[in-house]
Amino acid sequence: MATEQMDGGRALIRALEAEGVDVMFGLPGGAILPVYDPIIDSSIRHVLVRHEQGAGHMAEGYAHATGRPGVAMVTSGPAATNIVTPLCDAYLDSVPMVVVTGQVPYAAIGTDAFQECDTTGITQSITKHNFLVTEAQDIPRIIKEAFYIATTGRPGPVLVDIPKDIVDPTNPRSAMTWTDDVEMDLPGYHPQTEVDVDLIAAAADLIRTAERPVLYVGGGILKARAADALRALAELTGIGVVTTLMARGAFPDSHELCLGMPGMHGNYTAVTAMQESDLLVALGARFDDRVTGKLDGFAPEAKIIHVDIDPAELGKVRRPDVAIQGDVRLAIEALYAELSGNGIGDTDRSAWRSRISGWQERYPLAYEPWVPGEALKPQYVIERLRDATPDDTIVTSGVGQHQMWASQYWTFDHPYTWINSGGLGTMGFSIPAAIGAKVAFPERSVWAIDGDGCFQMTAQELVTATVENVPIKVALLNNSYLGMVRQWQEMFYDERYSEVFLSPDVPDYKMWAESMGCVGMRVDDPDEVDVAIAKANEIDDRPVVIDFRVAAAEKVYPMVPSGASNSELVVPGFQEGQPR
Amino acid sequence: MNVHEPEHRYHTLVVTVENKSGVLARVASLFARRAFNIESLAVAPTDDENLSRITVVVDLDSAPLDQIVKQLDKLVNVVEIRELAPGHAVERELMLVTVTAEPDRRDEIVEHLDRAGGKVLSLGTDRMMLSLVGPPRRIDEFEDLLRPYGIIEIQRTGRVALASLDDALD
Repeated sequence: MATEQMDGGRALIRALEAEGVDVMFGLPGGAILPVYDPIIDSSIRHVLVRHEQGAGHMAEGYAHATGRPGVAMVTSGPAATNIVTPLCDAYLDSVPMVVVTGQVPYAAIGTDAFQECDTTGITQSITKHNFLVTEAQDIPRIIKEAFYIATTGRPGPVLVDIPKDIVDPTNPRSAMTWTDDVEMDLPGYHPQTEVDVDLIAAAADLIRTAERPVLYVGGGILKARAADALRALAELTGIGVVTTLMARGAFPDSHELCLGMPGMHGNYTAVTAMQESDLLVALGARFDDRVTGKLDGFAPEAKIIHVDIDPAELGKVRRPDVAIQGDVRLAIEALYAELSGNGIGDTDRSAWRSRISGWQERYPLAYEPWVPGEALKPQYVIERLRDATPDDTIVTSGVGQHQMWASQYWTFDHPYTWINSGGLGTMGFSIPAAIGAKVAFPERSVWAIDGDGCFQMTAQELVTATVENVPIKVALLNNSYLGMVRQWQEMFYDERYSEVFLSPDVPDYKMWAESMGCVGMRVDDPDEVDVAIAKANEIDDRPVVIDFRVAAAEKVYPMVPSGASNSELVVPGFQEGQPR
Repeated sequence: MNVHEPEHRYHTLVVTVENKSGVLARVASLFARRAFNIESLAVAPTDDENLSRITVVVDLDSAPLDQIVKQLDKLVNVVEIRELAPGHAVERELMLVTVTAEPDRRDEIVEHLDRAGGKVLSLGTDRMMLSLVGPPRRIDEFEDLLRPYGIIEIQRTGRVALASLDDALD
């Protein structure tokens, strides 16, 4: 067994290399300074961000796109608090991520030292786990444990807080002995992936006899790399699939069994099929309030099969009839084996299928067509972008109206092509997430679909994109409003608009983009849309920002008003009055 | 037995955790974050120096037992959780209490104390310090009994519990 004397800082970088880390996103500062020296000699690429929040979201974007844990490294105090938002974002969306933060020297902890904050205390409830390392010798073991915890079971963010003295080679406390075969010590962590075969049989029985079944698919499918297994199950049983906001792309939108996205801004068919269903097969989904609407009115006649890796999700919101704890891919494969081996049953679902196709026919996703003199339709921009980009384009988004339109009007036919902030709803997510995805897949087309409110929160990371040669593209749907808030004020606050108007021209987005080294364009009319997109697609040596000036009054439909049951879905005016 | 019956509102969990700094804070923070109510909580080391035991009485009006247990189990430092259902656990609590006790009322107080099985720890001119170990309900009753005399200071430990032996043999 090879052993080597070294300091904690070198050991930290070596431990990251041993985990297969090829890139990390970060920004140095006082307490983490000693760890930045060995980075110079490391094989790991370091992307220098302009704000620590960017580092966290980039790590998330990388993780979403690749399935491998994203890594961010920042210093203590304000840097640690700046990365709190991405940690919480990753926690709510189950994104595997390891964040290393610097900390003041161990002896100074608790003295209110310069740039000291209680990082592990602050992040306790928004990480899957966190560590305060007290001895240099523990660094390799804790890094190994951090990656193991972040990537197994239900994935999530893990934070490792490292006091300066144990990584500073001039401090005797940093001396340690590196060994290659460090063992983890996690007596309380045993994620269970195997599924109970009896429960699989019980689930299969419910599926065989259900007259109105729906496969309700959540982000867990993507985390479990289960898209192929899901497709096989759907095709074997002929059961329609809804993909939640976190699962867009887990089942091809162009597939005849795809019913679309459920939830507050889901399409009519997906929402209504769930609502009228007699069996919901929830696969890696968590009955989020944005999906269920008013809980006691949600899918009132449906029995529930709930599969989740996290036992605490089973029964947290809706009591399942069959609860299956385990890896959702293993569960789907077991269900497939059971149903293909012992038959899918002979329940007649022709009436259900014809109701579904009736909804699809009467209530497609649609918006009022543009008329000359009006501002550009944001949905049209997304449709044109969708049609002009390669199939495997990765789309990221911020949070708000543009996010919902992107999730509705894009066609996601491949897993891991849609990256957004679902649970936390973090404005400003799209640009850094796009950078993370593009760093992972430099050869792929990566578009951030953003809003003007979101853009102003993290746009400075376009400097990072330019300087680090990460040529992402940004479609800015600029309606000069905090659009989703404006929509709520219009619909639920008697059109009393309070603090939602931004400004169409301040900042000048084209100039701002150019000042950050990007190509900047501005589009006002529909006939300029295709030209601008084509031009953007040809540019691959720098980021591109297109400022699309879109209609401020455009609203996201359908919509389940907050607190209402999903049966009270509001459709756009021109679809009203049709049989439901 | 149905733990959701009103008399079974409080349920004892014996949580074995890694004996590391900050673990109690993680448990407490989880209860706060998930809006689970704690009725009482006691922490102490075990015979294994790597482990501590947290005896926590949870209020099932605030959340279902199942959720509380599963969320606790997600804490990486939580090694084991044992549920001690009411009636299947031996539960004890210690109370220290200083009570107003003028000389003419001391005999009366001591009589109550003897009946409850408590001890006189200290005697002042106009007050007494008493201790009582017992099941939490007996402690409650004794506390009620002392109240009319005038409680000056009181400290209870929160309950600790072990599974009753016939249960452990199951």
